[in-house]
Amino acid sequence: MSASNFLLVGLGSEVAIPPDIAEHLALRSARAEPQTARADQALALELSGIDLSFGGVVALKDVDLAVRHGEIRAIIGPNGAGKSSLINVISGVYRPDRGHVAIDGTAYRPVPTQKLAKLGVARTFQNLALFKGLSVLDNVAAGRAYAGRANFLSQIIGLPGARREQTDARERARSIIDFLHLTPYLDRLAGTLPYGLQKRVELARALAAEPRILLLDEPMAGMTATEKNELADYVRLARDEYAITVVLIEHDVGVVMGLSDRIAVLDYGRKIADGTPQEIASDQRVIDAYLGVPPENEGGEGI
Amino acid sequence: MSAVTADLAPPFSLPRHAGTLGVLAVAYLVVPFIGSSYLFEAILLPFLALSLAGVGLNILTGYAGQVSLGSAAFMAVGAFAAYNFNLRVEGLPLVASIVLAGLSAAAVGLVFGLPSLRLRGFYLAVSTLAAQFFVQWALTKFSWFSNNSASGVIDAPPLSLAGLSFEGPVGRYLFALTVVAGLTFLAYRLVSSQTGRNFIAVRDNETAARIIGVPVLRTKLLAFAISSFIIGVAGVLWAFAYLRTVEPAGFNLDRSFQILFIVIIGGLASIRGAFFGAALIVVFPLVLSRLGSFLLGDVFDSGVLDMTQRIVIGALIILFLILEPDGLVALWDRLKSRITAAFRRA
Repeated sequence: MSASNFLLVGLGSEVAIPPDIAEHLALRSARAEPQTARADQALALELSGIDLSFGGVVALKDVDLAVRHGEIRAIIGPNGAGKSSLINVISGVYRPDRGHVAIDGTAYRPVPTQKLAKLGVARTFQNLALFKGLSVLDNVAAGRAYAGRANFLSQIIGLPGARREQTDARERARSIIDFLHLTPYLDRLAGTLPYGLQKRVELARALAAEPRILLLDEPMAGMTATEKNELADYVRLARDEYAITVVLIEHDVGVVMGLSDRIAVLDYGRKIADGTPQEIASDQRVIDAYLGVPPENEGGEGI
Repeated sequence: MSAVTADLAPPFSLPRHAGTLGVLAVAYLVVPFIGSSYLFEAILLPFLALSLAGVGLNILTGYAGQVSLGSAAFMAVGAFAAYNFNLRVEGLPLVASIVLAGLSAAAVGLVFGLPSLRLRGFYLAVSTLAAQFFVQWALTKFSWFSNNSASGVIDAPPLSLAGLSFEGPVGRYLFALTVVAGLTFLAYRLVSSQTGRNFIAVRDNETAARIIGVPVLRTKLLAFAISSFIIGVAGVLWAFAYLRTVEPAGFNLDRSFQILFIVIIGGLASIRGAFFGAALIVVFPLVLSRLGSFLLGDVFDSGVLDMTQRIVIGALIILFLILEPDGLVALWDRLKSRITAAFRRA
């Protein structure tokens, strides 16, 4: 059995749905052609030569990453490989020591966090970052905060402009909530929802901003296999429905293999591989660094 | 269709805000006719002023999550600004003095809110102490503020609104009630607007708020300004309607703590909470002194009363923080829903 086959089988058994993954692989090859055509256009997101260190600890070293329009781009790697640091650099939470981030062809260093939503970038957080004291509807509507122009006085008085903004935000929020099947929880306080739903509310809040680029920091962390597949479906649906580019960090390689168009692998702050799921799955360095060396009992005998 | 909605609605459901309107109706139409002068002077006037201050601090601390120990300073700025505008600008209507006083307090609040851009929580609370000490010092040091009065204590001008004059306890009560009701309504509109939700977003998760495009710095400063405006007007009511004198000593650190306790006991991030908390803080010492002298007679003098009051309030705050962090409002809501449920079962 080749290394690549081993990897796919091993991953399939991890989430227990190999047919599903096979289906996605088939889908991806069907999509391959339009993507090559789009590669000529400017990239949605481009990182070049990113260095980031905290004191003496090097978090990222000379990382390049190109994300095409409309693709689902995964970043994987072992714990502490620098995945979240990379997302934080893209969203401007961290300022890189070197290198720059280009969003739709415009280079930034650092990315202006306050203007991020206006630039068409929305993100979720690894550890939930919902507003616990607001209802699900208000949390999702908050995703439209960047579009608000009315000042507080016109909001208090209820001038037409302020009202229109509020209705627009709520309508948009409702349609996203509907899309992610969160309608039954509309008026619940976000902090009172179970973990998996909170993750989905966060995705809804990010989508409410109508982003062109969506950054997801471990959106499936702590979920059951079923919840993970469910969320993967939502991410794919959202990409198709709203025509967005998705950059995704994930621990669960199985889900990533099925979901993403291309995968970058980080290890100790360096990018060690970049390519389609098949390429990644057969890359010896990835297998060694991230998945370990294949055990003796390949077929599972003797376990 | 209508039958379906009628079935779904609880049998005792009243239109929204019916409770609030009921309370207002009683406050305007019943209380002025049956209340004694003691009720107005000792209970309702301080209650109204402190409630408004509580509403103001709740916007800053409860909604926007910025702790402040300088509330009394902003009350003092409001009171002295209103006095000086009234004294020094010929023919300025009292309402205009009050609005200008609020704006002065907002400006001072904005300045002392600047540290909030870099400091959080405990450290911010300590920096707002600066407002408390600075304002009290400035008002005592520069006698211009108290019109060079030898004692530093000055009389408040008579209250009038749009040609009507509000004299006597009932008049001052109606004046304070109108101001408090108006500002509370505006505060309610604010906290249920996008700006109010931005406050909560900044409180609950500042990084996430910044990422989704909430202007965090502007939002924090706005919270300081609006909160100080309301507290400043509360200071005007405290001095003009309740005490009828204006002196810096009344706006000391104890008062700041008192307002913070009102917000904590009443319920953070709740407009009603400020009224519950203020009611408790105002009524409680009176009840305690009655009860004390009834049970213990002469032993229970003012010194003992003062000590007992501090001990019991302190214990209450600890109890609330542990058992009911959401304050009296949460207790009230639970009681109400239990009664409604009991009625429905009956």
